[in-house]
Amino acid sequence: MTTRDLKTKSIDYRKKLLKYIKHANAGHTGGSLSCVDILNVLYNHVLGVTPENFSGRDRNHYIQSKGHSVEALYVVLADVGFFPESDLETLCQYQSHYVGHPTRKVNGIEHNSGALGHALSYCVGVALAEKKDGRNNNVFTLLGDGELAEGSNWEALLTASHYKLDNLVAILDYNKLQITGWVKDVCATEPLDEKFTAFGASVRHVDGHDFEALTEVLNSVPFEKGKPNVIIAHTIKGKGVSFIENNYKWHHHVPTDAEFEQAIRELDQVVKNI
Amino acid sequence: MNKLELGKANLEVFSETLIELAKNDKDIVVVTSDSRGSGKLTPFGQQFPDQIVEVGIAEQNLVGIAAGLAASGKKVFAVSPACFLTARSFEQIKNDVCYSDHPVNLIGISAGVSYGALGSTHHSLHDLAALRAVNNLSIIVPADNFETRESIRLAAELPSPVYIRFGKRAIEHVHKPDDKLELGKANIIHEGGDVAFIATGETVVQSLMAAQQLEQKGVSCRVVSMHTIKPLDIETLAQTATKCKALITVEEHMVNGGLGEACAGYLMLTGICVPFKIVGIPDEYTVPGKQLDIFKHYGMTAEKLADAALQLIS
Repeated sequence: MTTRDLKTKSIDYRKKLLKYIKHANAGHTGGSLSCVDILNVLYNHVLGVTPENFSGRDRNHYIQSKGHSVEALYVVLADVGFFPESDLETLCQYQSHYVGHPTRKVNGIEHNSGALGHALSYCVGVALAEKKDGRNNNVFTLLGDGELAEGSNWEALLTASHYKLDNLVAILDYNKLQITGWVKDVCATEPLDEKFTAFGASVRHVDGHDFEALTEVLNSVPFEKGKPNVIIAHTIKGKGVSFIENNYKWHHHVPTDAEFEQAIRELDQVVKNI
Repeated sequence: MNKLELGKANLEVFSETLIELAKNDKDIVVVTSDSRGSGKLTPFGQQFPDQIVEVGIAEQNLVGIAAGLAASGKKVFAVSPACFLTARSFEQIKNDVCYSDHPVNLIGISAGVSYGALGSTHHSLHDLAALRAVNNLSIIVPADNFETRESIRLAAELPSPVYIRFGKRAIEHVHKPDDKLELGKANIIHEGGDVAFIATGETVVQSLMAAQQLEQKGVSCRVVSMHTIKPLDIETLAQTATKCKALITVEEHMVNGGLGEACAGYLMLTGICVPFKIVGIPDEYTVPGKQLDIFKHYGMTAEKLADAALQLIS
């Protein structure tokens, strides 16, 4: 898939996730727009996880720690064939398995997440099992930046380093905003480089909206033999829609009719310029 | 009166059973949080170094990692003192194990007031109540060495999550060698009709000794080892409450939300009315002391249980 294809897909994903959030009248708009380019590259260029190989163990893994951005995951999973996109018309509705955080009831999802600070430990367990069984698969997770205040992440990272889990890849969706405002104002986490490095990880930075850079960095793990990988992906919360970008109020705000129409117009304009 | 034969600590039987299982199964994996000493798992670690994962003193991480291993096909035993395992990592148990349905075997060691005089930081008197409120989790509290061995064997093959908790002092045998242990099926270990003790864990032996004392006084007792707290054996419960003239539940747990209230709730719903008493640790600042001091203080020893039974049927 060319970079141009990925760019076109991402615009399509953005339009769809906005559509289903609007339809459900629920969802995490800002964070889904922030991480969708990362998911696009992961599922279309890196993971090689398909509906055909998903039920087996000998494959790569993706577990979304920041489960609230599930709308981005749903549209990508539908696009790569895990379920018909029309299923998303039931998003957050009575008796629908497409709830507001990932669950194993949805094809393509291997762990239930949503409570923050949980998935990294789970991924350590999966990565350990991969090593023990002599397989060569990688375990990817996507962390939110506000989520880093959960101490359990740091417990997990200690263990990942202790067991030299260079098949573990933690991607930080570093949009620098959380529900209350800027992360630095809520509970400062910087300097992140030094913190991750001190916990034994090999750290790289990437522009989380640059498809070529994302493809390169995600396909070059392990960065160092015997060290867990951390990718600090610099992103923009609400990316792609001018009035949603960098505005914490859009953490889980649902667009009005007018806002939705304007967002689609803006995204269509971007497609024309690709 | 038959004197009950003293066995080993259930903790010791647990670690021996794991070794026995691991000899034939390389998928058995033990995860510990600096608890291999207190879990008597040092020999396991020496014999199967590739099948033990040490995570350090980090119980949340312990349970999360255990879930990941279980999802990858390992038969995982996550071992930590019951007090920390079920409080510090409660959310990991709820979400990463039970909600996600990864078949982790959660092993709470030195449960109840086993740590006695170390104080309430180290007691687990909340665990049964808290975990009863979590969907998709079986709960087993083995009474003696037999129930411990059988529940560990059963857990290794169970395709769903289970919590097993036991103490650390040597415990008397209450079972015969040819008994069977089935998940969710209580064992009647002594038969009688005047009064019934429905007990769990290390209070079963106290109840059995109480029954023996009562028999000397002409009171016949049924003693039920309700090893499975969830799913509760409502059939045996209903049958016992119908057959016996009075019923006493006994547990090494706070009276709120444990075995007693589980039984009471079921009997109330089904309209079975019988003189009923719940014996356990009351909702108060737990008295300091060793395990048996605490049992005595709260009426959980054989003598006190016999007294309670006499009072209830008088």
